[in-house]
Amino acid sequence: MGMTMTQKILALHAGLDSVVAGQLIEADLDLVLGNDITSPVAIHEMNKMDVKGVFHKDKVALVMDHFTPNKDIKSAENCKYVREFAAKHEISNYYDVGEMGIEHALLPEKGLTVSGDVIIGADSHTCTYGALGAFSTGVGSTDMAAGMATGKAWFKVPGAIKINLTGKPLKWVSGKDLILHIIGMIGVDGALYRSLEFTGDGIANLSMDDRFTIANMAIEAGAKNGIFPVDQTTIDYMKIHSKRPYKIFEADADAIYEEEYIIDLAKLRPTIAFPHLPENTHTIDEIEKIKIDQVVIGSCTNGRLEDLKIAAEIMAGKKVAKGVRTVIIPATQKIYLEAMERGYLKIFVEAGAVVSTPTCGPCLGGHMGVLAAGEKCVSTTNRNFVGRMGHVESEVYLASPAIAAASAITGIISGPENI
Amino acid sequence: MKATGKVFKYGNNVDTDVIIPARYLNSSDPKELAAHCMEDIDKDFIKNVHPGDMIVANKNFGCGSSREHAPLAIKAAGVSCVIAETFARIFYRNAINIGLPIIECKEAGDEIEAGDEIEVDFDNGMIYNKTKQTSYQGQAFPEFMQQIIKAEGLINYINQKKS
Repeated sequence: MGMTMTQKILALHAGLDSVVAGQLIEADLDLVLGNDITSPVAIHEMNKMDVKGVFHKDKVALVMDHFTPNKDIKSAENCKYVREFAAKHEISNYYDVGEMGIEHALLPEKGLTVSGDVIIGADSHTCTYGALGAFSTGVGSTDMAAGMATGKAWFKVPGAIKINLTGKPLKWVSGKDLILHIIGMIGVDGALYRSLEFTGDGIANLSMDDRFTIANMAIEAGAKNGIFPVDQTTIDYMKIHSKRPYKIFEADADAIYEEEYIIDLAKLRPTIAFPHLPENTHTIDEIEKIKIDQVVIGSCTNGRLEDLKIAAEIMAGKKVAKGVRTVIIPATQKIYLEAMERGYLKIFVEAGAVVSTPTCGPCLGGHMGVLAAGEKCVSTTNRNFVGRMGHVESEVYLASPAIAAASAITGIISGPENI
Repeated sequence: MKATGKVFKYGNNVDTDVIIPARYLNSSDPKELAAHCMEDIDKDFIKNVHPGDMIVANKNFGCGSSREHAPLAIKAAGVSCVIAETFARIFYRNAINIGLPIIECKEAGDEIEAGDEIEVDFDNGMIYNKTKQTSYQGQAFPEFMQQIIKAEGLINYINQKKS
């Protein structure tokens, strides 16, 4: 019976010739990831186990990115706990303030994730690496602990939804608009327990950064993972960033898909998810005047160089609207430097925005842009649940960097054509 | 193994941000987390919950982040079981891994109301509504998942298997 890309990768890592949806398997892991919120719980659990150390010191990545630079004493204590663990076990991929970035932007940039890998991370957006043709999925801290100790994890082989992409997106339409469109179409549990498998000649018109954004938000449709086929764009990216060998998998022609959708990228419009679910989508053409108090451009979803380039193009020579706090967060130190060299950061500061060191901070209401009651924020992040960015009566509108930057200038939710 | 308790009822897509808001994630102490459990969706939950009580909801319970703090908070609040039509997959894994019993059952999610008294039999997945005198067949756990729950989590289970 034919297998999907995801099923082929899982079969190989479980030492099996083939697998079928629903089968329980134990797979070898190429990388186990944790952050400053989830790793302390995982370390606590791992310490209860009768093991000497981690399964492989180069295959564990610990990234201090959520409440860093530390926002309070408790988060400082958490980071200290992880830092000491990393030192004791000689974890080579421990990233702290100064060299860290937002984990899902950082790990591909450091070359730690390549196509064909099986990766688990105690962070739900671990599904990002599917952009490179890897199987990667979010887990909790206990799974992370067991993964760090044994190098293995159990999985139920997922069934699949096929998303066939055709055409080329119009100017100012990006990967964010596509994934919001998909979530709006199938719902926040539309892909529950299953993989989202992207295919079609439209993929050639999506940059690597677009693909990271799309795979990143597969979880917001409930998916176990999202995965892209490997093409020249992927290979070029991996050759620049990684020394690791990669494996290319292709879905069988007779692979089984439980559902199939065809999306013409040329027909997509800039799309916004209204509070309080990522599935509450509207195109820019459908919305009324919504006045905003804050804009955030950044996160594991949209804090990459291409995102900042789009924002800089729109904000160049302009000023943010009075009363709109605009927070821009390059996702890694490398992106920060590159954005500085290209003059983007100067454009942002001159426009009246603030530029922050990499952090997940505002996305989850941690720090660096927490909202008060009644405030509205346009954000390039990934979730707009009740209270996600602060007060339970605040509102988050999810959108692309283009919409976020344009909205910062006008003070109302706007597309770049409107400024 | 059976549990009995009063029901707290919620709807679709109860996300991990309302189960335990991120502003409390600078701690991983279950007792501290429990003090804020469900705070952003039901601020009286923690005042009214008693050991053994249950949460019943509809689709996609626990969607959102991978924070294990969410099932930890629910368990430490004294909840003996969460019943929902479906669970988000990371929450599902996390709940089993920390030993919080969960059962998938659409009819129970549709028909059980807040305040109903419920008995759950984990061995066969039966849910009895003592208040309404009705019963529902939920999805029973496979043997190995029951053992993980009995051991109060995956790590204890792995340790017990070794010894």
